[in-house]
Amino acid sequence: MNYYHHFVIPFTAGLLFLVIVVAAKWIGWIKNLDAEQKGLIKRNIFGKASLHATWEVITESLLHRRIFQKNFLLGYMHMSLAFGWFLLIVMGNLETRFFTHGQMNPPYVPIFFEFFEHDLSTLRYKEIFTFVMDFLLLFVLSGVALAYMKRATSKPLGMKKATKHAFIDKLALTSLWLIFPLRLAAESVTAGLYDSGGFFTRWLGEAIVSLPGADMLYYPLWWAYSISLGLFFISVPFTRYMHIPTETLLIFLRKYGIREKNEHTSYTQVELNACSRCGICIDSCQLSSELGISNSQSTYFLKSLRDKKTTDYLTETCMLCGRCDFACPVGIENSTIRLNQRRETPASAINFGYVPTIEASKGKIAFFAGCMGQLTPSVTKATLTLFNAAGVEYTHIDKDATICCGRPLQVNGEESAAKELAQKNKQLIEGTGAQALVTTCPICARIFAESYGLSIPVYHHTQFLYQLAASGQLKLTPTSNLITYHDPCELGRGLGIYEEPRELLKFAGNLVEVKSSKTDSLCCGGSLAITSINQQQRSQIAIKTLESIGANDVDFVATACPLCKKTFTAASDENAILDVSEILVKACTNSRQSLKPEQKQRTKETSTVN
Amino acid sequence: MTKTVAIIGGGVAGLETAKQLNSLGYSVKLFEKTNTLGGHVAKWDRLFPNKRHASEVVSSLTLSQGNTQTLTETTVHSIKRENQGFVISANSSNHEADAVVLATGFELFPAEKKEEYGYGLFENVITSADLEQMFKKHGKPVMASGHKPVRIAFIHCVGSRDEKVNRPYCSKVCCVTAVKQAIEVKEALPNSEVFCFYMDLRTFGPGYEDLYKEAQSKGVTFIRGRLSESSEIEGGRVLIKAEDTLASTPLKMSVDIVVLMVGMSPLRSTNKLATDLGLSINADGFIAATDLHTNPTGTATNGVFVAGACTGPNNITDTVNAAKATALDVHNYLSR
Repeated sequence: MNYYHHFVIPFTAGLLFLVIVVAAKWIGWIKNLDAEQKGLIKRNIFGKASLHATWEVITESLLHRRIFQKNFLLGYMHMSLAFGWFLLIVMGNLETRFFTHGQMNPPYVPIFFEFFEHDLSTLRYKEIFTFVMDFLLLFVLSGVALAYMKRATSKPLGMKKATKHAFIDKLALTSLWLIFPLRLAAESVTAGLYDSGGFFTRWLGEAIVSLPGADMLYYPLWWAYSISLGLFFISVPFTRYMHIPTETLLIFLRKYGIREKNEHTSYTQVELNACSRCGICIDSCQLSSELGISNSQSTYFLKSLRDKKTTDYLTETCMLCGRCDFACPVGIENSTIRLNQRRETPASAINFGYVPTIEASKGKIAFFAGCMGQLTPSVTKATLTLFNAAGVEYTHIDKDATICCGRPLQVNGEESAAKELAQKNKQLIEGTGAQALVTTCPICARIFAESYGLSIPVYHHTQFLYQLAASGQLKLTPTSNLITYHDPCELGRGLGIYEEPRELLKFAGNLVEVKSSKTDSLCCGGSLAITSINQQQRSQIAIKTLESIGANDVDFVATACPLCKKTFTAASDENAILDVSEILVKACTNSRQSLKPEQKQRTKETSTVN
Repeated sequence: MTKTVAIIGGGVAGLETAKQLNSLGYSVKLFEKTNTLGGHVAKWDRLFPNKRHASEVVSSLTLSQGNTQTLTETTVHSIKRENQGFVISANSSNHEADAVVLATGFELFPAEKKEEYGYGLFENVITSADLEQMFKKHGKPVMASGHKPVRIAFIHCVGSRDEKVNRPYCSKVCCVTAVKQAIEVKEALPNSEVFCFYMDLRTFGPGYEDLYKEAQSKGVTFIRGRLSESSEIEGGRVLIKAEDTLASTPLKMSVDIVVLMVGMSPLRSTNKLATDLGLSINADGFIAATDLHTNPTGTATNGVFVAGACTGPNNITDTVNAAKATALDVHNYLSR
C-alpha cells in the first residue's frame, strides 16, 4: 500500500527538522561534558542507572508525578497532554501496523491514518482501536481545555502566578493548542463523510456534514492539522518546548551521577533547556509572594541565561534560599546555576590586610562562633554553658577575634576572596589539633563542610549537642514550654539537617510541628545572598515566616541560626525567639554549678566526648 | 452638668493635660497603670539642659492637680464609644467619660534586642535609665562588683536610627541625655575616662549645644562611630569593638561600664487602644497626627485626643506644650 498526499509535507518536514536539531544538540552537549562527567556516563550507562532513569522518564516526563503532588488539576493537565499524546502515537502506530500487517510505514502514515483509510473492516480489533483512538483524543483535548483555562485563570490549577512568556513561546503555544482541535475536526469530517471513525468522531462528523458546504472543509482541515504539527515541531528548538526532549536527557545524565559543579558546564546547558518555564518557582519564591518582586525567579533567570542575555539584576535578585530547587518539578539546580553565574563576574580584589592573626589554642573540640556568633553572644554563651555541663573539652577559637568564614562572599560570587579568608581560618582550625569542629552558625557550617576540605568532621552545634544528649552526657529534663521550630535555609535545605534540632527540642519541651517545615520551610528574610532588599522588606518576609510556623501560639520560637534569630527579633516585638541552645539551657539538669562557662574552662575539664 | 474627661497615662503629658482641664472646670479621671505618677521622668535623677532634679518637675505637676481623680495601678483594657461618650473599662470596672485623651507615652527600647551589645548578658552593660537609678541611689556609677569604674563608654542611638532593629527614627533626646550623663560622670568621678560613641550629635534645643561644649571642655571624648559588638572580659569588664569613622580605623577598647542610650519605642498596648478607636499608626509605630503642622493633637475620631510621646519621641518641654494644646482642643470639643 502506498500512502501519500501533499499535505503531509509540513508535518514531515517539521518532524525531520526537529529530529535533526535535537540530535545535533544532544550530541553537542554530551561531547562538551568534561572528562569526569563523561566517565560517569561510561561507568553507568549499562547498569541499573539507565533502568532507573527510564522509570523516572515514565513517571515524570509522561505521568508528571511531582506536578500531581502540587495540584491535581495541574498534574492532570500535564499528564493528559504528555501521556495522552504519547499513547495516541503508540496506538496510532499499532493500528497502522495491524492494518498493514507489520509493514514499515513513513512516520506520517499513522498520524493521518484516518485520511488514508476509511474502510477499516479488515482491521483486527477494529472496535477497540477506533474506540481507544477517540477516547485518547478526548483525553488530550481535556488537557488542552485546562491549558486554555490556565491562561485565563491559573488559580484553580494551584498557581497564583504564571510565567510571562516571550512572543515566540506564545506562537508555539498557539500551534500546540491548535493541533488537537484540528485533528478532531479533520477526523470528524472524514468520519462523517465516509461513515468511519470511532464513537465520538463519527457522531460529531455526522453532525458537521449535515451542515451545508461542510464537505468543502475536508482537505483544508487535514492541511491545517499538518501545518500546525509542522509549525510546532519547527518551533520546539527555539522555545520552551525544547524541555520535552531535553528533560529526558537530563534525567539520564542525573541518574548517571552528573551534577552542577562550581562553574557552568555543558550539563548546565542541558538544565537550562530542560526548564519548561512552568512558573512553579514563582509561587515558591518569597520575593514574589511577600515583596511583589515577580520578575527575577528561576524561570526568568534560566531563560535569560539560555538566551545569553542575563543581567546583573536577574543574577543578584535571589536569596539563594533553595526553595525553588525543591519546588521545581524538573529538579533543576536553580540556586547552584545562579551562584555559578555570580562567580563569573567577581569584584576587584579585596585587601584583607586588616584581618587579625589569631593564635590557635589547643583543644579536643574546636568551637567557632563566627561573625554572627559575635552578634548573638547569648547563643555562644548558651552553647558553651551546655558544653561545660556535659564536660566537653573545647577551645573557643574565635573568642577574642574572628575571621569571616567566607560564605557571605561565596554566595555573592566572590570565590577567590572567600578562599583567602578560608585559608586563614583553615590554618587556625588545624592548629588546634582538635578532633572535630563545632559551630553555632549554619552559614559557617556549610562552607566548612563543602569548601574547606578539612580533615576533621564539621558539626553544627545541634548535631553535636544531640550526640551529647542522646548519650546522656548532657542531661535534659523537658519543661512544659510549647516550642515551634524554624528550619534555617543553610542548615535544612543547605546541609540536610532537619532532625537533630527537633530531637533536641523534644528533650527540652513540647515541640509543635507545622505544615511548612523542613524542605518546605520559608526563609527568614535575612539572607546574605541578596543585597537589593532593605531591612523593612526583610522584616516583611520574617513576619510571614513567623506566622507560617505558628509563632503566636507557642511560648518560644526556636531556630538554629543566629542570623535567623536576629532577623526575627528585629521584625517582631511579640515573640520570644531563641536559639535551640538557649532553650536547652532552660532544661539542662547537669549540676548547676557547672553552668558557668568561663570558670569551668579555666579549671580544665578532662572528660571527653564520645 | 460637669463633663468628664478620661486621661490615659499619668506621665508628664497626662498630668499637664489633667491640670489644664481641671482648671477649666472639667471633672478629670486620670488612669495610671503603675503605682506612681510622673512616668519615665519620675525614674530620672536630673534633667537636661540645666541638671535640675526630675522630682521637682514631677511634684510641681502632681501638686497642681486640684480635683483630678487619679486612679493608679489601673490598667485600661478597652475604650468603647457609647451614645455621645465613651466607656473605659479598667481593672474590671467601667468608667464613663465625654472625651478621652491618650497620653500613654512610650517604652524604652528593649536593649536585649540589640543582642550584640550584651545587655542582660554582661553585668556591666547598662542602659541610660539604669545609670539614672545609680545616680539616684549612689550619686555616681558603680560596677556590678561594687568597684569604682575608671573608664565608661556611652553608646548613642541604641534602638534609634537603626533599621536592623526596625527603629529607623531618631529618638531626639538621647544625644543630649548622653552629653548630660557624661558630664555628671566626669563630675562624680573626675579621674574617670568617658567616651561617647555617636553617629551625629543632634543637640537641637536651647542650651543643648552649650552642654555639648561643656562636656568637651570637661574631657569627654567623642568618637564618631557606631558600636559593632561587645564581649565580656576579666573582672566583668567589657571589650567593645567599633569603627572610628573620622580616623577610618577599627577600634577596640576595654571599659568598665557600657551605657546604652536607649531610644523611645512605641507602646504596643497603646497601639491596640488607638486602633480600636479608629486612630491610625504612623510608619514608626506611634499614633499618627491628623495634620503634622496644624493639628498635631487631634485625631480622626471625634472626642479622642492625643498628647505627648505616644505620638513620637518628645522632650518634657514639647510634651507639656502638646498637653496644653490638647486641653484646649478638648475644651473646644466639649463646649461646642
